[in-house]
Formats: sequence, structure tokens, C-alpha cells
Amino acid sequence: MAITFVLNGQSKTLSDVSPDMPLLWVLRDVLNMTGTKFGCGMALCGACTVHINGEATRSCITPISSVSGKKIMTIEGLSADGSHPVQKAWIEEDVPQCGYCQSGQIMSAVALLAKKPKPTDADIDDAMSGNICRCGTYQRIRKAIHRAAGSPAEKA
Amino acid sequence: MAIHLFPEPQTLDRRTFLKTSAAGGAALLIGFHLPARASDPAQEQEKPPINPLNAWVRITPDNHVTLILAKSEMGQGIMTALPMILAEELCLDWKQVTIEQAPTNPKIYDHGTGGSGSVGGSWLPLRQAGAAAREMLIAAAAQKWEVGTDTCKAQNGYVVHGHPERSYKYGELVSDAALLPIPNFKEVPLKNSRDFTIVGHDTHRVEAASKATGTAQFGIDARPAGLLYAVIARCPVFYGKVTSFDATKAKAVPGVRDVFQIEVSGRGASTTGGVAVLADNSWAAIQGRKALEVKWEEGAAASESSEELHNQFVANAAAKPGSVIRNEGDADAALTSASNKVEAVYELPFAAHVCMEPMNCTVHIQADRAEAWVPTQAPQWAQGVIAEAAKLPPEKVTVHTTLMGGGFGRRYQADFVMEAAQVAKTVGKPVMVLWTREDDMQHDFYRPASYHKCQGVVDAAGNLVAWKHFQTSTSIAAKWSPKGEEDNGQGEFGTGATVPYKSPNVRIEYTLAHSSAPRAWWRSVEHSSTGFVVESFVDELAAAAGQDPLAFRLNLIGESRKIPRFGEEPDATPLDTARLKGVLQLAAEKAGWGKPLPDGEGRGIAGFFSFNTYTATVAEVSFRPRDLKIKRLVCAVDCGRVVNPNGVRAQVESAAIYALTATLKDAITVDRGRIVQTNFNDYQMIRMKEAPPIEVHLVASEEKPTGIGEPTVPVIAPALCNAIFNATRKWKKDVRIRRLPIQAADLA
Repeated sequence: MAITFVLNGQSKTLSDVSPDMPLLWVLRDVLNMTGTKFGCGMALCGACTVHINGEATRSCITPISSVSGKKIMTIEGLSADGSHPVQKAWIEEDVPQCGYCQSGQIMSAVALLAKKPKPTDADIDDAMSGNICRCGTYQRIRKAIHRAAGSPAEKA
Repeated sequence: MAIHLFPEPQTLDRRTFLKTSAAGGAALLIGFHLPARASDPAQEQEKPPINPLNAWVRITPDNHVTLILAKSEMGQGIMTALPMILAEELCLDWKQVTIEQAPTNPKIYDHGTGGSGSVGGSWLPLRQAGAAAREMLIAAAAQKWEVGTDTCKAQNGYVVHGHPERSYKYGELVSDAALLPIPNFKEVPLKNSRDFTIVGHDTHRVEAASKATGTAQFGIDARPAGLLYAVIARCPVFYGKVTSFDATKAKAVPGVRDVFQIEVSGRGASTTGGVAVLADNSWAAIQGRKALEVKWEEGAAASESSEELHNQFVANAAAKPGSVIRNEGDADAALTSASNKVEAVYELPFAAHVCMEPMNCTVHIQADRAEAWVPTQAPQWAQGVIAEAAKLPPEKVTVHTTLMGGGFGRRYQADFVMEAAQVAKTVGKPVMVLWTREDDMQHDFYRPASYHKCQGVVDAAGNLVAWKHFQTSTSIAAKWSPKGEEDNGQGEFGTGATVPYKSPNVRIEYTLAHSSAPRAWWRSVEHSSTGFVVESFVDELAAAAGQDPLAFRLNLIGESRKIPRFGEEPDATPLDTARLKGVLQLAAEKAGWGKPLPDGEGRGIAGFFSFNTYTATVAEVSFRPRDLKIKRLVCAVDCGRVVNPNGVRAQVESAAIYALTATLKDAITVDRGRIVQTNFNDYQMIRMKEAPPIEVHLVASEEKPTGIGEPTVPVIAPALCNAIFNATRKWKKDVRIRRLPIQAADLA
């Protein structure tokens, strides 16, 4: 089955792909775009977060057939050089430790800021609690989101 | 970190240099030795190493400085801290240094990355190597200018001299410097710490940008041409075996290429064997495994459960005595004759590592060589395991050590490497063996489950008269003992046996409990258990004595002195009570210890010594029945000289959250010989909305650097549980948590 969608601004057509294959594995194993990570396969950890039509979405449970005609943005599409304000804030606050979850964290944060340019701590709690970080970088993620929003941190 | 292999230095003789580099020009290359898992660098330095050279500094004519070493980055920040140390002595802008991951070579390397030992172990050797290179470059410049070396100095990558100033870039001096003798490392002048411009200053992580852009390459991101993917069906019961399997349905899944059995690989790598499903992509492999039908021989472990283990614990504690680990005075007599004996029983469950990047390994085995991409803390072990499976000499196996999405001790194992090598041997093409989250959670090497009975007596003056600690656990040593499940338990206490609280009567006993669940090193290892027990029990003694928990501790620690570490080598760094008191007082001061709190709020404190580092935490909580809120964690750390304060704070924050998950979330439990928990739904992690603010305060110290990745873990659970006790004193009953993780019923 052929599926066409827009990936990071470019039209993409895939033929001969299982319609039930999750977007995560299409990105990683078919397209070799490995910035989006596998963490749980059950939408429990957020490591695989991408944007579909602007919404933060867990790609590990999103069948490729369901994204037909939609716009997908992955970490690779945010910027070529780390110049997106959220990426810059992540680097400035030294958020990543092992770094494995951070693609998903950043995609969730970008989606949050698109909706709420000046998020409160409660907004951050709501938007970011689907993303697990086993290195415990939450405090720095919170600061980085406030930094990207140009707001002073409320706590932490 | 770029996976970049370079022509290997052929310098196995002495600290020396190489006259030609890959580019064909002269390069100054200084080899030196980094000790393995060194918690004690000075001690390691004096032992004859397997090979004197296992790390190099290379300076090339294009002015590049490369630090070549076999240390793995798993998030702990060594890719930043280690070049900072070198750059300091070499008088460089530290960004001039790039790190190159050394290739595996069984003749050279004998080590991995663990035990919170990288910075501590590398501190002196890196300084010596940097200073030696600096002195050689200065000498080369002085020769060219025909002036005395004492009129020249190194700064920012140049050697400079005179007025008006003349200078050479380091790269311009390489060919001359390479002809000079390398100074004796023991005599080479090291910088005065007052002149440090890099060490001790907040420094950004070198690889942060790659991790913010998705370009960082983890093991799971290896994509050699023609890569195939496999998952393995393993018996859910510990070390159960395949009886038979039917691959018909699995092979019918589109994308599945093959289904075949792999064998158990015995002790070392400790794999269970199973049935591999090979496919064009991960998804097809996972779907193929779901369709696969396997009959298992579950074996004797199938009757094991957490209830049965708990019963063993209780029976072991009731049977007397355990093997005696430590005995001074007569604790039993003192306990028997006391009217105010305090007794408490603590229990901790198995804990899983749960690295965010599930286990995986990519291997390509050909007739005469093999190549592998491994997220590993132990690349040499990985190489040996692949060589064994491939039936090749180790030197024919190239291991690329990749970035790791978490390690925490899990990636010191080689089980996932062995499986990948077995599959790759069968397939003959590049293949990644991927573990799903369920595989990762159910086939881990767990932190041992343990049960502790503590007894103590405090006299009217607040002095400790007797301290007795009995432990029974499923020890790590027993899992790996060549004789099978045997262990006297010494290793299950760690520094928990070096009790800093003065008592004339001390007795520590141990009895091994049996389990087939695999056990190994989990962040902070045995200290995650004994830190909780010792620091909870001393709090109970303080409460029984009616004393402030901090004042009680400080009084029992007593005068400043150095206590030899119990049960360890005589030259192991002793526990310095002044430094322990220092972190307790620092955490207390920063947390406003003693200042009144509203009803229903409380503070708890704990301090511990592990990995040669002193940590203390004050937890501040508010508590209403069934409603616990952690208001903040105030952490104090004395890890000697701090190389990168920013990195150290990150590790403390990280260890605190890691420990909070183990304290507040789920236990790993066993039923019918298998792990019950499967994924993040039933083995939950602390998330953003639950993460308390963490304050980190570092002790300014001139002592040599010590571990930081692990030592905060042991103090978090006791500080929190002691705070809950403190907060609940205002309610009708005191809540003393003695079993982890904390259950909702505990807070009812």
C-alpha cells in the first residue's frame, strides 16, 4: 500500500509498507531517521513524540496508514543546526544527560509553547508528564521551557 | 561522540610518542595509564597494570588535541569532565580537545566505565599527561628560540616568550617536541590549583547539541548497510529453556526472514537462550515474535515468588545466627541487658535499571572478522563475548562503543551482546538484536532484594551502647559465584558496615537468601539498601532517645577522625568523620534545619559515605493522610575537588530522581518464577509533575575528586522517610516507613 504524507516539509510517498506499522518504525527502520526514539511501544514514555498536524503524538502507536495526507514534524525537522529556540534553551540549560529521551521531550515542549507561549509550571506539568526521563532532568527541562518562553522560572 | 577509529598507537613499551600520524605528519603522542574502575586512584597507580598504556594524548601539526581513551558516556558527563582536566594542565582552551573513543584491544585495555570512578581515577593521570605534554612543548619552543625553558610559558594553546611576545602554536612545535624525552610523570610539575581556569568552573556539556537535535548516535541508532533486525523470545521463567517451537505463523508475518533457536551461554554473559525472529525491520520482528509458538521447560525456578522470598527472609532472621561479618564488644549481651532496646525491620525489593534506551546490540560477523556497535560500559568484555560466539580471536573483533541511553550498571553486562553475536553468527549479515521494553524490564539483572533487622541501645546520655545489623538478601556475589549460590554477604553491606556512629558493641551478621532472579550492580549497588537501613535506624534511635536527629547524629559521629573502611583493603580511603559532619551540617543549614514548620510539614535528614564521596540530604515534606508532597530536596555533596560543578549538580539531581522512583513507585516482584512488571504502566517512573525541586550544595574542597554518579542515591529514601516520620508526629500516629517502596497504605 502506498502512503503519502509531508515529513518535515517534504512530501514523502512510501510504497510497500505495512499499513499497521507504527510511524516510529517507519521513521527509524525504513527511512533511517533515528532522532525519534523507541522507549516503550505503548505510548507510556514519550520518547517517540513527533508532531502530526502540529499535535504532539506518540509515534510508537500511530499506524502509518493513519498519517496519510498529514504533516509530520520530527526532531530532525525543528532545525538543521540546533537553532530552534527550544533546542537552544536545552543546550544553554545543559538539559540532556544520557539524552535518549530528549528528542521526545523537546517535541512535547515545542508543541506546548506553540499553544501556550508563556506556560505556567502547571502547564508544564500537564504537557510534559507524558515524557519520562530516567536521568531525572525534569528540573532543567522546566527551566529550559521557561527560558525558551522568555519567562523567568517560577520554581526550581 | 563520533564513532571514529584511528590507526592504533603501536606503543606498548613505555610512555612514548609516535612520529607519524594518520595524516602522515609528525604527531606528539603521549600514552599513559588510566586505572580500571578506580575508586582509589593512588592505590591503583602503585599496582602494576596489565598494560602501562591505555590512554593517549595526541597533538597534531594542525593544532588539534585529541584525548583517546576507553571510557563510555552514558549521561554522567565524562566526555566533558575528562577533557577539562587535560586542558587545564595542557593550558588549552578546553574546546580544543576532542575525545576519541579508543578501539577495543585486549592487549591494552582491561577496563570499563562504572563504580563512579572515571573522574577520580583519571584525575592524576590526565593531569600528569597534560603537564608532560606542556613541558615538552615548552622545551621544544625554548630550543627553537635558544632561550631557557623558564623564560617560556604555555597559555591558550601557545608557548610564549619575551617582550615583544613571540609565540608558537602547539601544532608548530609537535615535530620538535616529539623528539624530546617524556618527563617522568611522578616529577612533572603540576599546576597550582589557584591557577586553575577550567577545573572548578561551570562548563557546558560537549555533546548537548547533538542530544538536542536528535543527531547523537546511540547503540540503537547504528545503521550499517544491509542491517537486519531481530528480537528474541526468552523463557519468562528465570533461566528456563526452549523445549520446541513452531515458527509457521511467525514466518507468515510480512518482513520476517527467519526464525531460529539460540543457545544458553552459561555463566559469564549469563543469557537464557531462546528463539530469535529475524526481520527487515524492528516492527516485523516484534510482530513475528507475537505469532511465534514456543514450548518452554520452565525448570525449578517456576515455583519462586516474592511471597516465598519474603518468607525465606523472615525465617532467616528468626534462625540464629547469621554469618558474622563484624563483631566488636558484645552487642548481644548489651541488647539483652537493656531495658530500652530499639528494634526495627526493613525490607527492600528487587529493582530494575530501566535505561531509557532498551538493551540492544548490532553485530556483523564475517568469516575472518567481526564488527559491532555496542552501547556498553564494558567494551572489552563485549569484544571477548563476540569473539567467543564468532569463534574468532578477540583482535579480529572491532567494537564501536556508542553513546548509551542510560547505563546505571545494566550496561556492564554482556548478555545482550552475546545474544546479538549468536544471532549474527547464524545470519552472517549485520543484525541488531533489539530488546523491547518488556524484554528489558523482565530480563534485567536486578538490585538484590533484602531484609534487615536492626537493634540498638542508647543510654541516658545519648551515647550508642550497642548497634546490631542483621541482613539477609539475594546477594550479587552469590549470583556470580563459580560455586553457585554461595556468599558470606560481606559485599552486601558496602560502607554500610563502616558505621560512623560510635558504639563499643557492634555486630553485623548476614544470611544468604536464595533466588533464581539475576542480580547485579544497580546505581549505588548495595549502598542503596544499607544507606536506607542505617540512616533510617539511626533516626529511630534518635526518636527513641527524644533527640533532634541531626544533633543525635553529630554527637554519635563524635570527634573528627578517620575510620578505616570495614572489610576492605587496609589502604582503602577511610571514612573522614569531619567530612561526613560537614555535609550533614551544610544540608541542614541550607534547608533551615530547626526552623519551625507548620503542622503537617516535616524535615528529615540522612548522610552517607560511598564511592569515597560524602552526601547528605534534607527532605522537606507536607503530609496529610493519603497525601504526601515533597516540597524540596536539599542535597549537600563533598566529592573532593569538583571538576565541573555544573556536571556534578546534574548527577546529584539525577541520582535523587532515580532514588525517588525506587522509593515512591513500584517494586519488581516475582510470581511463578517470572518478573511480574512489564512496562511503564506497572513499573512507573517519577514524572515531571512529581519531581520536586532539588537544591545542590557542593563543599569546596582541595581533596582529590571522588565519585558522583551514584553516592546521592543512598540518602534520598531515608531522608524522605525520616521527613514523613517528622511530619506525621503531629498526627495521631507516627508513620515510620520500613519497607520500600512506600505504599499508599503506609500513608493512610
